[in-house]
Amino acid sequence: MSTKKKWLVHLALLLAAVFYVGPLLWMVDTSLKGEHQAMAMPPVWVPHPVRIHKTYYKVVHSPAFDLTLYARNTLIIAILAAAGSVLSSSLVAYSLAKIRWHGRGVLLSVMLASMMIPFPVLMIPLFCVFRNLGWIGTSLPLWAPAFFGVPFFIFLLRQFYLTIPRELSEAAFLDGCSHFGIWWRIMLPLTRPALAVVALFAFVASWNNFLGPLVYLTHQSTFTLSVALQFYQSRSGGTSYNLLMAASTLVILPIVVLFFLAQRTFVRGIATTGLK
Amino acid sequence: MSRGTPFTTNRAGRRTAEPVRWGDQAAGMLFAAPYLAGVAIFLILPLGMAVYYSFCHYTMLQPPIWTGLQNYIGLLHDQSFRTALINTIVYAAASLPLTLVMSLGLAILLNCPIRGQAVYRTIIFLPSLVPLVAAGVIWGWLLNSDKGLVSYLLAPVLHTAGGLLAAAASWAGAGRDTVTALQRLAPPVWLADPHWAMPVIIFLGLWSIGQTVVIFLAGLQDIPHELYEAAELDGAGALQRLRHVTLPMLSPVIFFNLIMGIIGSWQVFDLPYVMTQGGPDKSTLFYSMYVFSAGMEQLRMGPACAMAMVQLFIILLLTALAFWSAKRWVHYT
Repeated sequence: MSTKKKWLVHLALLLAAVFYVGPLLWMVDTSLKGEHQAMAMPPVWVPHPVRIHKTYYKVVHSPAFDLTLYARNTLIIAILAAAGSVLSSSLVAYSLAKIRWHGRGVLLSVMLASMMIPFPVLMIPLFCVFRNLGWIGTSLPLWAPAFFGVPFFIFLLRQFYLTIPRELSEAAFLDGCSHFGIWWRIMLPLTRPALAVVALFAFVASWNNFLGPLVYLTHQSTFTLSVALQFYQSRSGGTSYNLLMAASTLVILPIVVLFFLAQRTFVRGIATTGLK
Repeated sequence: MSRGTPFTTNRAGRRTAEPVRWGDQAAGMLFAAPYLAGVAIFLILPLGMAVYYSFCHYTMLQPPIWTGLQNYIGLLHDQSFRTALINTIVYAAASLPLTLVMSLGLAILLNCPIRGQAVYRTIIFLPSLVPLVAAGVIWGWLLNSDKGLVSYLLAPVLHTAGGLLAAAASWAGAGRDTVTALQRLAPPVWLADPHWAMPVIIFLGLWSIGQTVVIFLAGLQDIPHELYEAAELDGAGALQRLRHVTLPMLSPVIFFNLIMGIIGSWQVFDLPYVMTQGGPDKSTLFYSMYVFSAGMEQLRMGPACAMAMVQLFIILLLTALAFWSAKRWVHYT
């Protein structure tokens, strides 16, 4: 690649970088200013003095935005959803990949077809199902279904299980290992990276989910961070952007930290999803 | 060997068509039991209910009353439904190609061996992890009509450009109205302007394409280098290599992202719900938002379910179309 070309690539990527990271920087920047400075025109670029006690402190202790409560609600749901997804999806994936039984082809087709159905199509009738189960107003609709297996994750894990040589499970079988034993002692340890991908994706999807909590949570004390943030925004009516940006920063931060801790898992996971 | 295994193979290494063992049948169903139950409770049951309710008058407060096709006929006369349908089609038609081109372009750039590659990749990927609610809040602030950073930065650019254009126009003998309009060129009020709200929402979709970029990037890295070298030896330029090597080799990945995009564009909800609530003047009222407001806010379960059925039908139709067209342009190696 010639030097001139390299500079052009740099230029294009720098422009893109401004678009992608600029808003996040401006969010943090605004969140460090006092209200007056945040709304100043022309804008103040560097906050002086830094007003953490006036923004973050205020947000954390605001009665309208009980951050610790919402963070706890969100965390519990995300952890349960991740645990359920890993456990059930790997069981089902093992059945679809490694056990011969009548009907597994049909089940696989049904599962692939169901991946074409987006959530908004089912949200209303699901609301009725959950209402009959008495789950509306609780967090159950947001994590309990994960314990029944998630099609996307089942498919992902099935593809991983298919790559594990048959001789391995055959040998274990001859040694008297049951299917459960093969799943537990061979498949799970061998596919730990794939399980990490599932756990991570399930966690992030659940953390970022908005429509689900909006439909199924009825009481403010059960809100998750995303619904709470929307609620906070609509209540603050477009004023005090410094507080709003501080709240947004706090909502985004855990996901960003998680990303930097598990960057490889993220990228490997996404890369495999598009390649079958 | 006294005992057969479920994995028995014949000499050629293929699995023999031996009957399924009873124990395997039981184990298979047992392992799949969570999903078998899940399909019944969270897929077939709600789908069945949606079909049934779509033919009923149902408010959740009283038992459903059968009304035949009335909900579907009602949709034909529902102005808001038509607006939501058209808006969603416009969004999909604009955002699908835009997203595919932009993410493929970024992936190609990110695949270039340059310094800081890892940093660029991280920066472009990161926003796709930001919850869309937060994205809506942040961009709402950036696009604020009088205190927003975007308008502040754009105003002098537009002012200068407008001045130059006005000078050129008056030199070319344009009317006074045109000249003054150009002189007054200023940023729009973005989300408060019914003509701008939709383009803004479409454009902001590009902020969260990091995952599509990564999928494309993985696809690009799988293309054997020899193909490019051979093309170069044959005298193919950069564009020809893109057209005859990259695109065909990438077609399965493009297809995957296309299907995901089709499904995704019919569930756009978070961003417009947070930023515009469907306004101004219903210019950003999307299909899923209207289903939500009909079902959850007005408790009109019948029409909401009818809309969901129409939505499902359209998605399946478009997906089938994509699969059908795939025979012509997707090359599996």
